[in-house]
Amino acid sequence: MSNSAHNTPAAARAASTIPDLVNEKGGMDDFLKGLWKENPVFVQVLGMCPVLAVTNTVTNSFVMGVATTFVLVMSAIMVSATRSFIPKQVRIATYILIIATFVTVADYAIKAVSLSAHRSLGAFISLIVVNCIILGRAEAFSSRNGIKDSVMDALGMGIGFTFAILMLGVIRESLGSGSLAGIPIFGSNYEPWVIMVLPGGAFFVLGFLLLGINAMNTRRSGVKN
Amino acid sequence: MHTETLGSIFLNSLLINNFVLSAFLGICPFLGVSNKLDTASRMGMAVTFVMFVSSMCAYGVNVLLLWIEAPYLQLISYIVIIASAVQLVEMFIKKFSPALFRALGIFLPLITTNCAILGLALFQTAKGYNFVESLVYAIGAGAGFTLAIVLMAGIREELELTSVPGIIKGTAIVLIIAGILSMTFMGFAGLA
Repeated sequence: MSNSAHNTPAAARAASTIPDLVNEKGGMDDFLKGLWKENPVFVQVLGMCPVLAVTNTVTNSFVMGVATTFVLVMSAIMVSATRSFIPKQVRIATYILIIATFVTVADYAIKAVSLSAHRSLGAFISLIVVNCIILGRAEAFSSRNGIKDSVMDALGMGIGFTFAILMLGVIRESLGSGSLAGIPIFGSNYEPWVIMVLPGGAFFVLGFLLLGINAMNTRRSGVKN
Repeated sequence: MHTETLGSIFLNSLLINNFVLSAFLGICPFLGVSNKLDTASRMGMAVTFVMFVSSMCAYGVNVLLLWIEAPYLQLISYIVIIASAVQLVEMFIKKFSPALFRALGIFLPLITTNCAILGLALFQTAKGYNFVESLVYAIGAGAGFTLAIVLMAGIREELELTSVPGIIKGTAIVLIIAGILSMTFMGFAGLA
């Protein structure tokens, strides 16, 4: 009944493979896999644009993470609920329309709650539409599973994405401006590494994080063998 | 609203605020399709072309949306326009130049989910560019995307001949190279 799809990163990227139904535990596993094992940013390397663009402060990262999670969960519900009567040929167009609707909702909601957050994120809230994580999960998971499983999967992916984006935000803001969410943490003698908040720093931090994860995985598999 | 000349709009989108290296738009194809010089330059061409067409359409639709006073439909209509523009361009090229169609192959449909195209449409509206300015902006952005992806492809082709440590292979080294490229492009800020 509660079969859940387990997709490899490559499969999720291509978003067009048949899930192998190996996992019988359901719910909780769908939720947990997004956090680390199939983390959308570090493992699947999806949705790179917002990850690099808005992580110059912790606040921006947090707002972006929450907005993306909201769109992920809401569109997972819609896609899963309508999956039996959407014709196969027009499904991608339908998914994009569903996603665009919820992104518009999120855009106006952020504008209403905090105008300054909306201003500093700029066009990147609208650009959640083309974040491939959302379309990828809609196609690879929600279109094949029930509402409950889809929500768990979307929530896991969303929180995994928020975790990754916050990690970059914390590193970049603390090194680049010596503060966290606007509160100074290193005292007045700290000389900020300006490059960290500039575009170049985003590439470097993400590059070195992936390098660290690679190193960790290599070491772990080395111990096993 | 703004006092830029056409030349400065072009330079701005080509070098100073390069779409890939300083605005982080279109990172997916930049990381995914940059392993061969040949395919990278074709991808750049295709993106520039679609940018030009969708910028034109987005301008028209924005005028229409302002006229019927429905700005909340902006995002939805832009994404529909881009998807149909890509489809249209694909049909057009298939009919008039089968050779180019074969050369572009799978890249054409993939452009729909390229955030640089949607970003361009959103930015030109936000900056309040008129029709000609929008077109110049689109060409500059497309050329900037091509420049970045071709530079990256050239570096990656050289990289294949060198011995890179195992743990840094793949996305990690590409991102670090992109960081260095991005720092180089910061030098163009002096042109502004």
